[in-house]
Amino acid sequence: MWLMSNPAPMHEHAHEQLRYIRDAMERASTFTSIPGWGGVGVGLSAIVATVLAQRAASPEIWLAIWLADAVLAAVIAAVAMVRKARRANVSFRGAPARRFFVSYLAPIAAAAALTVVLARAELYAALPATWLLLYGASFVSSGAYSIPAVPVMGVCFMLLGIAACFLPLAAGNVLLGVGFGGLHVVFGYVIAKSHGG
Amino acid sequence: MEAPAPRRQPVETSIPDFDRLIHEKTRLAIVSALAVNPTLTFNEMKAILKTTDGNVSVHTRKLEEAGYLSCRKSFEGRMPKTEYALTAAGKRAFEKYIGHMEALIRATRGA
Repeated sequence: MWLMSNPAPMHEHAHEQLRYIRDAMERASTFTSIPGWGGVGVGLSAIVATVLAQRAASPEIWLAIWLADAVLAAVIAAVAMVRKARRANVSFRGAPARRFFVSYLAPIAAAAALTVVLARAELYAALPATWLLLYGASFVSSGAYSIPAVPVMGVCFMLLGIAACFLPLAAGNVLLGVGFGGLHVVFGYVIAKSHGG
Repeated sequence: MEAPAPRRQPVETSIPDFDRLIHEKTRLAIVSALAVNPTLTFNEMKAILKTTDGNVSVHTRKLEEAGYLSCRKSFEGRMPKTEYALTAAGKRAFEKYIGHMEALIRATRGA
């Protein structure tokens, strides 16, 4: 009887409930502890690395500068992420965090392996494209389980990587600065302002 | 003079055969969150729902009493840890609730 006399409100209410369920499920499967200010810190260290690497006397020194920056960036990001997760009471053992890290770390592991192979073959000019493409891929894939800015940042890194495929090492170094420096600072700031630090 | 329009009944009281326990917003969010996570701790639940300790306690207890949630208490170091999971009855009730909403949409489309 009620259905016949008031179909529109009932219909809207059912839609509203299903939307609410979908939102709750999305919130529960999203890893939100992406450190915005940590990203800014990582970006600033990459800008310094870009300047130093541009002046490097040899490709081996150039590689050493970027590897040192990668270690520093990992430390900055890890510390910032742990602090943000603690503030928000988010666990790293939960399913959203697990899904995020598995999809994030797989392309990073591939980048590490390819770095060894390319450095041994002295194909240094291929490294900027490899790093930018695989780092971008890690954010595109892990972005499915995180905030919307993450996959967008990943796509930007991949576009720089595609450009780096066709450029010599010196220009590739500049693109590393634009990506690891500029994109981290810009997206880090956006994430910090819109997602609590 | 026209007769006054009939007062609209609240939706919750006008739908027959309805799981009112799950229908409540906070409890619906708890069950939805557990549908995509095997387990969630009390703190994770609180962060997802963006609500108070008291609210999480009250609503998880109601779901637990109905047999929809299981609760496991342990210690992580010195800190007490409470983990919740959906029971088989909870999963069935959630699926039935979604089916109910979808059926309502189908029925009113044809009305």
